[in-house]
Amino acid sequence: MAEPIILFEKVNKWFDGFHVLKDIDLQVAAGERIVICGPSGSGKSTLIRCVNRLEEHQEGRLVVDGVELGDDVKAIEQVRRNVGMVFQQFNLFPHMTVLENLTLAPVYVARKPKAEAEANAMKQLERVRIAEQAHKYPLQLSGGQQQRVAIARALCLTPHIMLFDEPTSALDPEMINEVLEVMIELAGQGMTMVCVTHEMGFAKAVADRVIFMDAGQIVEQAPPEEFFSNPKSDRTKDFLSKILGH
Amino acid sequence: MKKKSWIRKNLFANAWSSLATIVFAVLVVAYLPGLLNWMVVQAVFGPNVDACQAARGTGACWGVIAEKWRLIVFGRYPHLEQWRPALATVLLLGLLFASCVRKFWTLWLVPAWIVVWVVFFWLMHGGLGLSVVPTDQWGGLPLTIMLSTIAIAGAFPLSIFVALGRRSKLPAIRTLCTVYIELVRGVPLVSILFMASFLFPLFMPVGKSPDVLIRVIVGLILFWAAYLAETVRGGLQAIPKGQLEAAASVGLGYWQTQRKVVLPQALAIVVPAVVNTFIAIFKDTSLVTIVSLYELTGALSIALNSDANWRPFKIEGYLFIAALYFTFCFAMSRYSLWVEKQVHHG
Amino acid sequence: MRRPSARKRWSWRSQAFRGLLWQVVAVLLVGFAVWFLAHNTLENMRARGIQSGFDFLKGPAGFDIGESLIPYDALDPYWKAFLVGILNTLRVAIIGIGVATLFGTLLGIGRFSANAIVRGLCYAYTETFRNVPILLQLLFWYLVFTEVLPPVAEPVSVGPFLLSKAGFSFPWWVEGRWSVPAPGAFSMEGGASATPEFMAVLMGLVFYTSAFIGEIVRAGIAAVPKGQVEAASALGLPRGLQVRKVILPQALRVIIPPLTSQYLNITKNSSLAVAIGYPDVVSIANTSLNNTGRAVECISIIMLVYLVTSLSTALFMNWYNKRVAIQER
Ligand SMILES: Nc1ncnc2c1ncn2[C@@H]1O[C@H](COP(=O)(O)OP(=O)(O)OP(=O)(O)O)[C@@H](O)[C@H]1O
Ligand SMILES: [Mg+2]
Repeated sequence: MAEPIILFEKVNKWFDGFHVLKDIDLQVAAGERIVICGPSGSGKSTLIRCVNRLEEHQEGRLVVDGVELGDDVKAIEQVRRNVGMVFQQFNLFPHMTVLENLTLAPVYVARKPKAEAEANAMKQLERVRIAEQAHKYPLQLSGGQQQRVAIARALCLTPHIMLFDEPTSALDPEMINEVLEVMIELAGQGMTMVCVTHEMGFAKAVADRVIFMDAGQIVEQAPPEEFFSNPKSDRTKDFLSKILGH
Repeated sequence: MKKKSWIRKNLFANAWSSLATIVFAVLVVAYLPGLLNWMVVQAVFGPNVDACQAARGTGACWGVIAEKWRLIVFGRYPHLEQWRPALATVLLLGLLFASCVRKFWTLWLVPAWIVVWVVFFWLMHGGLGLSVVPTDQWGGLPLTIMLSTIAIAGAFPLSIFVALGRRSKLPAIRTLCTVYIELVRGVPLVSILFMASFLFPLFMPVGKSPDVLIRVIVGLILFWAAYLAETVRGGLQAIPKGQLEAAASVGLGYWQTQRKVVLPQALAIVVPAVVNTFIAIFKDTSLVTIVSLYELTGALSIALNSDANWRPFKIEGYLFIAALYFTFCFAMSRYSLWVEKQVHHG
Repeated sequence: MRRPSARKRWSWRSQAFRGLLWQVVAVLLVGFAVWFLAHNTLENMRARGIQSGFDFLKGPAGFDIGESLIPYDALDPYWKAFLVGILNTLRVAIIGIGVATLFGTLLGIGRFSANAIVRGLCYAYTETFRNVPILLQLLFWYLVFTEVLPPVAEPVSVGPFLLSKAGFSFPWWVEGRWSVPAPGAFSMEGGASATPEFMAVLMGLVFYTSAFIGEIVRAGIAAVPKGQVEAASALGLPRGLQVRKVILPQALRVIIPPLTSQYLNITKNSSLAVAIGYPDVVSIANTSLNNTGRAVECISIIMLVYLVTSLSTALFMNWYNKRVAIQER
C-alpha cells in the first residue's frame, strides 16, 4: 500500500477530563472514500475535526497529506489549504455574496488574483449546479442550495481531501438528495473523502470503507457490503438495527 | 364614532383610569394657564434688561438668550471669528450624519474623516491666513460637539482591539484587557478628568505637558473605549462559533478571520448600541466644565456669572441649553431605534 | 482520568511560541508604559519639590465640612474628612437608589397603563429627563434651591413638608416624639432638614436615573410573553394581582442586570456633587488636593473608593445571578 494520505497512530484526545478519542489507529489511502458512523457523542466529529486541526489531539501521531500535525503554525496552514471541510450547519458567511464566500480564501490565503479566483469560483459553482445564484446572499438560498455552496467553497482551494460532518442532517428531507448527488459526483472524480453521515444509502453507493465508532473508539471497519450484511461486534449490530430497523 | 370609542377605551376604561383622567384635567386647568402665562404671555423676548427685571417672578426672560446666545453657543471664542467654529461644526456634523448612512459605509470614510478633522482644527485654531485662536478660548457648542465626536472617533477603533483582547485565548492579553475595562468602568468620569487635569502633567517628561484640551481628549478616549469595548464584545459574542470554524477550515489566520468574517458581522449588530453610547458621550461631555473647559454648560456660566444684570435669569439659560441637548440626543435616539429596526429586518 | 499535556516541540513556528511572544510583547509594552509614567511622575515631583506619601492623612485637615453624619471639625485629621466624604457619598447614593427605583418602577409600569394620558406622561418624562445631561439637571436644581425658592421665613409648604432656600425640611422623630419643622429666624427649627446641596444632588440623580430605570422596567415587562398575561387573565386574576404575581417576578430576571448597572451609575454620578459643593468624597479629595498638592494620593483615594464599591457590587451580582440560575432548574 502506498503512503496513506491520512494517518492516525495511537491518537488520544481529552476534553478536560473527558477522554473523547481513545487510541485511534486509522489509515486512509489517497482517493479512498470513508464513511464514519456511530451513536451521538461517540467522537465522530472530533475525529474528523482533528484532521484539519479544528481540534488538537494530545497524544499520538497524526499525519495529513505528508505533514505531521502538531503545534507548528506553518504545518497547520498547509494542511488547512489542502483539506476542505463541509459542516452540518453550512457556516456560510452571511454578510458576503455566494461569490465572495468562494473567493475569500483563494484571494486572501492562496493570494490568487481576483479575476482568476472568480473564474475558478464560477467553475466550482457549476460543478455543484448553482452558478446562477452567484450574486445572492446565503440567507436568500434554500438549505440544500446553501450546503452546495459550502461544498463549492471548500472545493475552491482545490483540496486533496474533503471532510464532511453530517452534511445532510440539517436539511429538510426533500433537499437531501440534491446534496448527496453532488457528493456522489465528487466521489466519482476520485477525491479522497471522509464523511460522517447516517445516510446508509450513500455509504453503500460510494464508500470504500465504513467505520463504526462508539465511546471514542473505532469499533469496527469494513467495506460496506460486509459492514451491513455481516457486522461483527454486538455494538455495531445494535446500532445498525436502530438506524435501519424502522 | 371611532373617536368616541377610542376615548372610552383609553381615558375611561375603568374607575382608576377615569380618576386619572379627571385628576389630570383638574391639574391642567389649575396650572397650565399660569405656566403659559410665565412662558409666553408675560415673558420678555427682547434683549431688554429693564423689561426682564420688571417681569421677574411673573414672566420668563427669554431676552437673556437673545442677548447672550453668542456667548452661550460659542463661549469665549472671539466675536468676529465665530463664523469659523460655526462652519467647522457644520462640516463635522455633516460628516457625522453621512457616516450614519449605510450607503456611505466604504473605505472612503477614512480619508474623509482625516480631511474634515484637519480642516476643523485649521478653522478652529487658525494659521495659514486665519488669526490664531488659542485653545483656552474655544468653547460652547462647537467644543461639545468636537469633544464628543473626537472621543467616539478615537475610542471606537481602540475598543475593537480591547474587545478582541478580552476574548483572546492568550491569558496575559486577556487579563490586561479585562483589568483595563473593569478598572475604567469602576470609576467615575470625573476622576478620569481630574487625572487628565492634575496627574497627566506629572506623567509626562519634565516640562513637556501637552495642552489641557489634549489631555482631556486622551482621558475621554481612554474612558469611553472601555465602555465601547463591552458593547463591541456583545457583538462579537453574537457571532456563532461555526463562522470561526469555517474561516479556520479555509485557512484564514486570526487577523484575517477577524477582519473579513467576524468584525463585519459583529459591528453591524452593535451600531444601535454604539449610537446610544455616543448619546451618553455627548451628554457627559458636559463634565469637562469641571476641569475648566467651557463647553456648552460652562459657557453659560461664563456668559451670565460675570454680568450682574443678567445673572438672575440663569434658569432661562439652563432651559435653553437643556433644549439644545434634548434636540440633539432625542434625534440621535430616534436614529438608533431606526437603525435597530433595519438590523432586525436585514 | 489522566490528561497528559500535549508534548510541544518548541520552535519559532509553533503556536505556543507565537502565543508566548504576543503575550511577552504586550506585557513589556504595558510594563514600559507604566514605568515611563511612574518615572516621569517621580522626576516631576522632584523637580517641583512635591512631597508624596499618605502620611498627610494624619495631619489636621483645617477646613470645615458643610454636613456630616459623624462629628467632625476642622481640627480633625484628613482621614476623618475623607471618611465624612465617603459617608456622604454613600448617603446620597443609597437614598438616590431607593427613590429612583420606586419612581422608575412606577414610570415603567405606567407605560402599560390603560389610561392614555398616564402612558403619554410617563413616556414624555422618560424622554425628557434622559436626554438632558445629568450635570445640567443637577445645576438646575441647585439654582432652583438657591435662587428661585423663597427664603427661610416664608417657605413653600406641602402639609408639614417645607421647601425654602434652607433646603427641604420634614417632620422627624426627635427625642422620643415627632417634631414638625417651622421657620425660625435664620434656619428651620424642629423636624429635620436636608441641605440644598444634598437635595440638588439627590434630585439630579433621581430624576435622571429614574428615567433610565423606567425604560428598563418597561423593557422587562415587555419581555414577559403575552401568553403569561393571557393565562393569568384566564384564571380570573385581577389586574393588580396579575402584575404582582405573574408579570413582575418574571420581568425581574430581565430587569436585574441592567438595574445593577444603573445603581452603579448613581454611585458614580454622585461624584458630580463636586460641581455644586456637596461634600462627597470627590469634593473632599478636591479640597484636600488643593490644600496639600498631593494629587496622586487624593485621586487614588477617589478611584479606590469607587473601585471597591463597583467591584464588590459586581461580585455580589455574580453570586446573586448564580443563585437565581440554579433555582431555575
Ligand atoms: N469543546 C468541547 N468541550 C468539551 N466536550 C466536548 C467538546 N466538544 C465535544 N465534546 C464532547 O465530546 C464527545 C464527542 O463529541 P462529538 O461532537 O465528537 O460527537 P459526535 O460523535 O460527533 O456526536 P453527534 O452525532 O451528536 O454529532 C461528546 O460527549 C461531547 O459532549
Ligand atoms: Mg458530530
